Amino acid sequence: MSKERMKLKLKVWRQNGPNEKGKIETYKVSDISPDSSFLEMMDILNEQLINEGKEPVEFDHDCREGICGSCSMFINGEAHGPGKRMTTCQLHMRKFNDGDTITIEPWKAKGFPVIKDLMVDRTAFDRIMSAGGFISVNTSGNTQDANAIPINKHDADKAMDAATCIGCGACVATCKNASAMLFVSAKVSQFALLPQGQVEAVERVQNMVKQMDKEGFGNCSNTGACEVECPKGISLENIARMNREYLKSGMG
Amino acid sequence: MSSKVLDSKIPDGPLAEKWTHHKNNIKLVNPANKRLIDIIIVGTGLAGGSAAATLAELGYNVKAFCYQDSPRRAHSIAAQGGINAAKNYQGDGDSTYRLFYDTVKGGDYRSREANVYRLAEVSTNIIDQCVAQGVPFARDYGGLLDNRSFGGVQVSRTFYAKGQTGQQLLLGCYSAMSRQIGKGKIKMYNRHEMMDIVIVNGKARGIIARNLITGEIERHSAHAVVIASGGYGNVFYLSTNAMGSNTSATWKIHKKGAFFANPCFTQIHPTCNPQHGDQQSKLTLMSESLRNDGRIWVPSRKEDAEAVREGRLKPIDIAEEDRDYYLERKYPSFGNLTPRDVASRAAKERCDAGHGIVNNSTKEGVFLDFASAIVRYGKEEALVKGIHNPADAQIRAFGEEIVEAKYGNLFEMYENITGDSPYKTPMKIYPAVHYTMGGVWVDYNLMTSIPGCYAIGEANFSDHGANRLGASALMQGLADGYFVLPYTIGDYLADDIRTGTIRTDTTEFDEAEKAVKERIEFFVNNKGKHSVDYFHRKLGKIMWNKAGMSRNKEGLQEAIAEIRELREQFRKEVKVPGKADGLNSELEKAGRVADFLELGELFARDALNRNESCGGHFREEHKTDEGEAQRDDKNYAYVSAWEHKGAPGDAALHKEKLVYENIELKTRSYK
Ligand SMILES: Cc1cc2nc3c(=O)[nH]c(=O)nc-3n(C[C@H](O)[C@H](O)[C@H](O)COP(=O)(O)OP(=O)(O)OC[C@H]3O[C@@H](n4cnc5c(N)ncnc54)[C@H](O)[C@@H]3O)c2cc1C
Ligand code: SF4
Ligand code: FES
Repeated sequence: MSKERMKLKLKVWRQNGPNEKGKIETYKVSDISPDSSFLEMMDILNEQLINEGKEPVEFDHDCREGICGSCSMFINGEAHGPGKRMTTCQLHMRKFNDGDTITIEPWKAKGFPVIKDLMVDRTAFDRIMSAGGFISVNTSGNTQDANAIPINKHDADKAMDAATCIGCGACVATCKNASAMLFVSAKVSQFALLPQGQVEAVERVQNMVKQMDKEGFGNCSNTGACEVECPKGISLENIARMNREYLKSGMG
Repeated sequence: MSSKVLDSKIPDGPLAEKWTHHKNNIKLVNPANKRLIDIIIVGTGLAGGSAAATLAELGYNVKAFCYQDSPRRAHSIAAQGGINAAKNYQGDGDSTYRLFYDTVKGGDYRSREANVYRLAEVSTNIIDQCVAQGVPFARDYGGLLDNRSFGGVQVSRTFYAKGQTGQQLLLGCYSAMSRQIGKGKIKMYNRHEMMDIVIVNGKARGIIARNLITGEIERHSAHAVVIASGGYGNVFYLSTNAMGSNTSATWKIHKKGAFFANPCFTQIHPTCNPQHGDQQSKLTLMSESLRNDGRIWVPSRKEDAEAVREGRLKPIDIAEEDRDYYLERKYPSFGNLTPRDVASRAAKERCDAGHGIVNNSTKEGVFLDFASAIVRYGKEEALVKGIHNPADAQIRAFGEEIVEAKYGNLFEMYENITGDSPYKTPMKIYPAVHYTMGGVWVDYNLMTSIPGCYAIGEANFSDHGANRLGASALMQGLADGYFVLPYTIGDYLADDIRTGTIRTDTTEFDEAEKAVKERIEFFVNNKGKHSVDYFHRKLGKIMWNKAGMSRNKEGLQEAIAEIRELREQFRKEVKVPGKADGLNSELEKAGRVADFLELGELFARDALNRNESCGGHFREEHKTDEGEAQRDDKNYAYVSAWEHKGAPGDAALHKEKLVYENIELKTRSYK
């Protein structure tokens, strides 16, 4: 049943800064419990490096439960590693076997420069959001009652599905064109599906797409790799919907 | 001693009119003058994010800080279950008064009436605001908003977005912030950590921050500083908080004059994943909403519990009559929906008695079982579909579908962690540290004891007393940020319209920056031998064993001594690799753990001082014959507000007496 503790060989990308050259370093860890998470395994590696007087591996993480979107490792050639619909922090060591070699790299995409080791700069996503990822409503305390406009459950559920994007960037990291279409379309769709969002729909899609292009993300060539690796199962339907919104806006 | 230094500034007049009356009487800053005023906000969770967006919309210049790479990742994102509001959409008798009453009672009568009433009053605005922002709350087939119920109450007032309510609310705030960032009204400093507050002529006038990428130490000035940095549950090392959640911002202002209130009031949440072993780095919450349909039990016979632990017996093979649904047994009227403190203690009591079911070093864990819910929903659905003699398998399939629609993502999360499917076998759960009711002392205006320094959200102490009811932290964070602070801060800033930009080339900034740099130098030059985590884990063990779910005098005294010793050892032996300039997450952790090592002592002192049991604070010396918490209203109906005096052991206690004019103090009963 429960597996024995494991010994593993780790090939980890080390890079000192955005303008430095990076390279793969090889480390060994042992006594890894199959019940530990992947990041707990990384903690053990780091503890070991510190005790050896070396610098630990830098990586982004915070919630460790699949919701903040911080963690972002490219594991054995897959964004967030083996296992569907999960983030790096949700990956557990029972997915691996004693003696395995695991390769761990950062997201690699023009829009996401490496900051250090496995940590990348994803602020391009924030700038896309500032360009139009909102509904222009001020906080006044006398907004109309929440139930004033009933919303068809089907649309509300679809909006929710799109809204579950965690902004991790796995879609970009996976795409051979480093396109950010899945991320952007998820936000555009969420608002396009809700009556509150329709008022600004035209400006929103135009401004967000413009910023996306400016950030250096590539074009979408519909390979669908992003949907496969997305930890939240964001559907390609959203890209189709965004394309329709874009055409409607007269920009197509 | 009800202290003069603690003026809560609660407005006069009847409870229901206080807030309106206060809003009508405080000073305002006119729109043209708002442009001349800068506000720093540390933290961009629900509290800080909503405040930043609203203050920027009003016209103030906002500088917002967070340690993550984006405001969208603040720990509020992890909240699952929901947010309360007294909308009474279900027509089940809810009202502002009832929400107020439930919250004060749920907090075991250790919160301020006026603050809680205001919270209940603005709760309805929150839902309206969020819907207008495009937050996709769950809806029913008629297209109207759906509600669920949460522990400790008898109405359905909790709004939710699947099991990701915090995420959706935070993304709402983040959208509103993004709009202001685009307009240049908010300047966002992500990957920045506040290292200290700067006080000029007795007023909060800025902060020293560290750019976490370059390591640069920066000076930022403002006319007011708002702390929205979240809770300090990570003083226990293992908790449901994010890895980076910390007390540093709140502790730094405490050391510069802000009183710290009720530090020992901690919420231990009954439904979390039990520990898997010594490599554990954090615990994961399983939303309280699961208790709407899940039944909590342990084997009635200790032999069965042991057999389960050793893997010889499967829970599904234990007969109904050999199971002890202890919450339903002990608290028939609330059953599995008793408040968190009560449910957590009951789990501990069963495990201490030898009925725990998890095979870890402490043998602690209980079952949360969905089998009956699956059958119940399955039968209902079969009827709806007009199938009168459904086969068992069909019932199960229908039932699983309904349970999946309600809790699918939580079940998936559980299965990812444990490898077990909750559809097939009961979940294993155990209480874990989750939330801190204690925090920075604030007055009715949310101002701390430092003029011009405010604290909002989980960082302050104000609304939850000794125990927080589910779905009320999101409500409080957004109430503070969207609807309270934007009014009250104007009253203070009205006097600052002619002040002009605060300069940063002054001795006050020099000194604060120097102290920050010295501390960083100390860490990177210390020739220690243990990692930061080594000490953090040790601190966590002391806190959990001696200041955790149940506390006694002797244990707390030991805790104080052990924490002091550990703090000394940390100073001598901590090893921080890398350099001061540039990205160095070990250095970040070192600063945070150093602050936890001080807070931990004050925490234990506060618990030692409070010779009563109330809410999440359970002193073994003070319990009823049935083992329930026993309050002492005569001597402890006060807020403990601690004033820093050089070391945690020297902090001075001030007492803010709690006056109840509208609610009669009763023994809480959920039986
Ligand atoms: C797993 C989980 C589930 C929960 N579920 C619910 C629920 O269903 N309903 C409910 O009502 N409540 C729930 N809660 C509680 C609730 O989520 C929190 O209390 C609330 O979100 C806290 O919000 P906040 O804005 O005060 O702080 P946080 O969201 O924690 O934000 C803190 C902010 O401060 C910043 N920060 C911290 N320190 C520094 C520093 N030194 N320098 C710069 N920036 C700093 C961080 O970057 C972050 O932006 C849950 C909590 C957890 C942990
Ligand atoms: S669409 Fe999916 S992969 Fe892309 S950022 Fe969102 S959650 Fe991550
Ligand atoms: S650390 Fe938050 S999603 Fe992985």
